[in-house]
Amino acid sequence: MNITEKILARASGKTQVSPGDVVFVNVDKVMVHDVSGPGVLAVFEKLRKKGMVIDKVWDPERVWVAEDHFVPAADKISAQNIVLLTNFTKQFGIKRHFKYGMGQYGICHTLSHEEAMVLPGEVYVGGDSHTNTTGALGAFAAGLGHTDVAYVLLNGKIWFKVPETLFFKINGKLPDHVMAKDLILKIIGDIGTDGAAYKTMQFGGPGISEMSVESRLTLTNMTTEAGAKSGIVEPDLKLREYLAARGVTKYDEVHGDADAQYEKIYEYECSEMEPIVAKPFSPENTAVARDLSSVELDKAYIGSCTGAKLEDLQAVAKILKGRTVKIRTEILPAAMSIFRKAMDTGLLKIFMDAGVVVGPPTCGACCGAHMGVLAKDEICISTTNRNFPGRMGHVESQTYLASPLVAAASAVTGKITDPRDLK
Amino acid sequence: MQPFHKIKSIATPLDKVNVDTDQIVPKQFLKLIQRTGFGQYLFYDWRFEKGTPRKDFVLNDPAYKNSKILLARDNFGCGSSREHAVWALDDYGFKVIISTSFADIFYNNCFKNGILPIQVSDETLQKLFSTKSEIEVDLEGQSIIVDNVPILFHIEPYRKKILLEGLDDIAVTLLHEDKIVIYERSHKI
Repeated sequence: MNITEKILARASGKTQVSPGDVVFVNVDKVMVHDVSGPGVLAVFEKLRKKGMVIDKVWDPERVWVAEDHFVPAADKISAQNIVLLTNFTKQFGIKRHFKYGMGQYGICHTLSHEEAMVLPGEVYVGGDSHTNTTGALGAFAAGLGHTDVAYVLLNGKIWFKVPETLFFKINGKLPDHVMAKDLILKIIGDIGTDGAAYKTMQFGGPGISEMSVESRLTLTNMTTEAGAKSGIVEPDLKLREYLAARGVTKYDEVHGDADAQYEKIYEYECSEMEPIVAKPFSPENTAVARDLSSVELDKAYIGSCTGAKLEDLQAVAKILKGRTVKIRTEILPAAMSIFRKAMDTGLLKIFMDAGVVVGPPTCGACCGAHMGVLAKDEICISTTNRNFPGRMGHVESQTYLASPLVAAASAVTGKITDPRDLK
Repeated sequence: MQPFHKIKSIATPLDKVNVDTDQIVPKQFLKLIQRTGFGQYLFYDWRFEKGTPRKDFVLNDPAYKNSKILLARDNFGCGSSREHAVWALDDYGFKVIISTSFADIFYNNCFKNGILPIQVSDETLQKLFSTKSEIEVDLEGQSIIVDNVPILFHIEPYRKKILLEGLDDIAVTLLHEDKIVIYERSHKI
């Protein structure tokens, strides 16, 4: 069995599972945020009306809550939803609630790794499509709808059909001007936005061993954009060090067997990679950044669970140091812990000297919620993960998805720019 | 949920690929916490311009008023996992969605809300897009009847049962998980 099959087998108390099997798995962790949380509570309300008594969740210790989409409260309704979440965690005794304005908080997927909320070998589900991100920690991580999350909150279980796995063997080392974002955009461009529908995308090989945990998280984050059920990377020394730095050393790793089966194996050579950009209006609509150097931009957005981790901000700082931006540029670190490290290591000064505005952690304009959404016909280069029509604001705005290096270089020139071409 | 009976209706052709859940219900409506009433926001940015219905959008064509079947293109329901998208389709009146492929989370969410998503071949979809007559969907017989010709479709047995009997997925799985696994295994294709 491969790692995904072994995790699902263990969680369902079986010795063997195969793709296509239906398994009821015990869930280790479940997450809701300020959009899915109120959605789940609406499902609870519906069940109550049918006479179901809901006065506890299956295990408050395994539930955690993030405030990310509409914080800082974008309007009165968002503010009300935060109150709703606060009452929910209080009522059900859920202690892990990361609150805006009370120390550590941020985008849910970022907290999952920054706070080591999920550990290798675990089954983790969340009320958000990018829950796949956390698979880079060697866990089975998948997004669910509100009704399914409600079910998990009540019972601690959920059924899955064991997915087929596509294995992406990554060779070589990424050149300095290329990031994991370029690699995953390249892959999505190759296989399409439904190329991995109901499948797991597993990343491995020497190129992954070379890659930092944060880079791997960029890969798994965007498996969602290929339609994948989940994304996963097997645990290794780098992951153990990453978790140890967060005070966690005890967990039960799962690794694939030597004869693990995959539906298909793809190979990518990192050293041949170039900066890639996804044009509007789909992540699969990719092009080499250099071929888009005539595209004029109105704005650069550096944020989200995909593109505002510490490593992403460091890449941006490398470009912006000693330069100034030519277009409106926003940087929103993905969590307070990252914001603080950016401050402590002098990155914020570089950003502000460059003329950039630095904002609080939030999903913000990535999902078009608030904090710098786009006007009609505005063109933005963004380190985020989606560029469907209207994703970041007006339905006739345009978003180009890029790596933090390309976004920063483009902010400096006002046009889509390969970092190698920056003077 | 209401048991799923045969549905006969004109089908609304939405001729776009990769329709993501943000097109189905734009993000500005996600803050609303009630589960009902989302139909008015369905395809909002395509359907309305400054609050006025856009004549060029298919849902505003009087020919498709009261349609219960939506025809869609590849990868329908991709993007955000928001279940509001399914709530809006249901509230608007769509009970069946037919496409060549669906995004995974959206597909699952449909069954939780009594909507039948049917996956068909390119050829079948093309036939459905080109017909002007009513389409009948028979879940029991797993067929789409168009111009008196039945076209069979596949659905997982457990999901078929849930819809036919109008069972609440949460309640059923709670009671019958062992049976479901055995049932699915015995009907595996």
